[in-house]
Order: sequence, then structure tokens, then C-alpha cells
Amino acid sequence: MHADVVLDGNVLAGVFGELFQHDLTVAKGTCGGCGMAGPLAQVLVYPEAPGAVVRCPGCGEVLFTMVKEDGRYWLGFDRLRCLEIRAAG
Amino acid sequence: MARAALQRRLSWQLAEVAESVAETARVRSLVLKAPGWAGHRAGQHVDIRLTAEDGYRAVRSYSIASAPGDGTLVLTVERLEDGEVSPYLVDELRPGDELELRGPLGGYFVWDAAVGGPLLLVGGGSGIVPLMAILRERVAAGSDAAVRMLASWRTADDIIYAAELERLAELDRIEVVHTLTRGAPHDWRGRTGRIDRAALSEFAWPPEAGGLSFVCGPTGLVESAATALVELGHEPGHIKTERFGPTGG
Repeated sequence: MHADVVLDGNVLAGVFGELFQHDLTVAKGTCGGCGMAGPLAQVLVYPEAPGAVVRCPGCGEVLFTMVKEDGRYWLGFDRLRCLEIRAAG
Repeated sequence: MARAALQRRLSWQLAEVAESVAETARVRSLVLKAPGWAGHRAGQHVDIRLTAEDGYRAVRSYSIASAPGDGTLVLTVERLEDGEVSPYLVDELRPGDELELRGPLGGYFVWDAAVGGPLLLVGGGSGIVPLMAILRERVAAGSDAAVRMLASWRTADDIIYAAELERLAELDRIEVVHTLTRGAPHDWRGRTGRIDRAALSEFAWPPEAGGLSFVCGPTGLVESAATALVELGHEPGHIKTERFGPTGG
């Protein structure tokens, strides 16, 4: 992808679906850097093959990184302090 | 039962191209047939996966353009200059070809008639696609939610769905305004200039109306429009955003 592409958490719906039962794009994340909270759909996603760097839309700090290669996933957690996931009804 | 439906939605499946329709010089709508497609919500997207001969894979997300009530699966794709997937979808795909896709995906940037309005739909370039699904669904579902759509394009030739939007704008409680950022024809009667705070101040519903805003398009447009709406007094929780990357209106 073009070097300057910035997307948002909406594009993670597919890969989240490979890993998690719930749609995490509607889960509420809290940034341990600035305290901002919001749906993961609104995080900033910087594609960096073979994965992505995910940053807080408030302070720009790295929330987590995600890499998928050779049938393995790596999730590196940084400023993502917590996630609130609503159980399906 | 629910688990099986979930698995199907998240698994890669083959879809056949039934039709490829030119919308503008750079944009085509792909009408797809996916066996077992169980429908979608307006605003959702699919992931498309292309695999090269050497095994290299690229995955990109594309918003569904069709209304859920239509029973069809239509994607509208803009060819990006340095795109890895869009040039193939726009220039190479022919009816009868197959595509790998999964979806529908995304529970955030969605609208159902039950949610109601008023709605503000703000889009730039191909960001119009999920907004069009929402507008089409608003009509197909027989909803009377008031809708204002503000769309930004480089030139008049770049307007996607121009004729259909003109028709829809004649319906009750639906307004569509286009703004051009790179030059307008002599007889242009719409707006010019980028979508800024002044334009939104004039066109958005008053915050007291308690409506929902959907903003989609290039990242710069999305961020400045969302910021402007908050500055104008709109609740951040009532503003939904979807960033499409660098290009567009």
C-alpha cells in the first residue's frame, strides 16, 4: 500500500473476525496514554505489510500492532489499556 | 445456527461477477452473485482477496453500495493510481470472472431504518459508497427519516451516481448537495470548495435535532468534517466516521 495511507479500525473487522468471536470494531477501547475511549472502529490504522500499526486517534500513541504471517498472528499491546466488549444478546 | 451463519460471514467465498457498470472514468460498480449470501446492513463492507501467481496476496475492504432490501450485492470501486487491487477490479474484471470475498463486515458504520433520523451523510469521492447504501436503504425501507447528503468531488465528471442522486433528491425530505474542489463547469449551480466548518454550519442539522452523522472519504476530509461537527455542537457519539485513505474528492 502507498506509504501515507491512514485508515481506521473499520478495516480490521475481517481480521478481528479471524481471531475473535465478537465484532471488536464496536468494542470500546481505552488509551493508556491519554485516556481517550471509543469504539475500535475509530482507531487509526497504518498498514505495514504483513500487518498494521494501530494508533490512538486522540494522542497518536501506538495502541497495538498486529502481524499475520505463515499462519501465525502476533498482537503486540502497547497503550491499549482495556477493552469493553458487549456480550451478544 | 447462529454460529454457522457467523462462520459463513467470516469465511472466504467465491463470488461471480454478473455485471460491471461504468459509473465514471475511474469508477465501476460490480454486481456480484455469491451463493449463500445472507444479506447485509447498509454501511457494511466486504474484504476482497487477490492472489497473484507467485502466491502473493492482497486484501482490501470495499463498501457495499446496494441497499439490503434490494437482495443484491453491489460494490462500487474507484481505481487508485498506485492501487494493488482496485486497478484489477476496475480494468480487468469481466462478467463471469470470480472473486474471493468475505463479509458482510462491520457493525459500527451501519444504519437501519429502525434507527431513524435526521441523517447527515458527508462524503468525499468513493466515500459516497456506504452513504449511498444508507440512502438507498432509507428509500427502500419506506423510512421517512430526513436526509441531507453533502458530497465533495474534484470535478463534475467525478460525481458517482449523479443521475440517481438527482432523482432521489426530488423525494420528500431528501436533500443532496454537491461541492466541487478542483473546478466547476460554467453552468454549475452547486457549491464549490472543500467541505469546511462554514459549509457544515449551513448544511448540517442543528445539534438539537439529535440526528446521526455519517462521514466517509479521504482521511483528511473525514477528520476535518468530524472536528467541525463537534465544534458546531454535535455529540461525538452521534458522528460515525470511516476513513478511506488518501484519494477522493
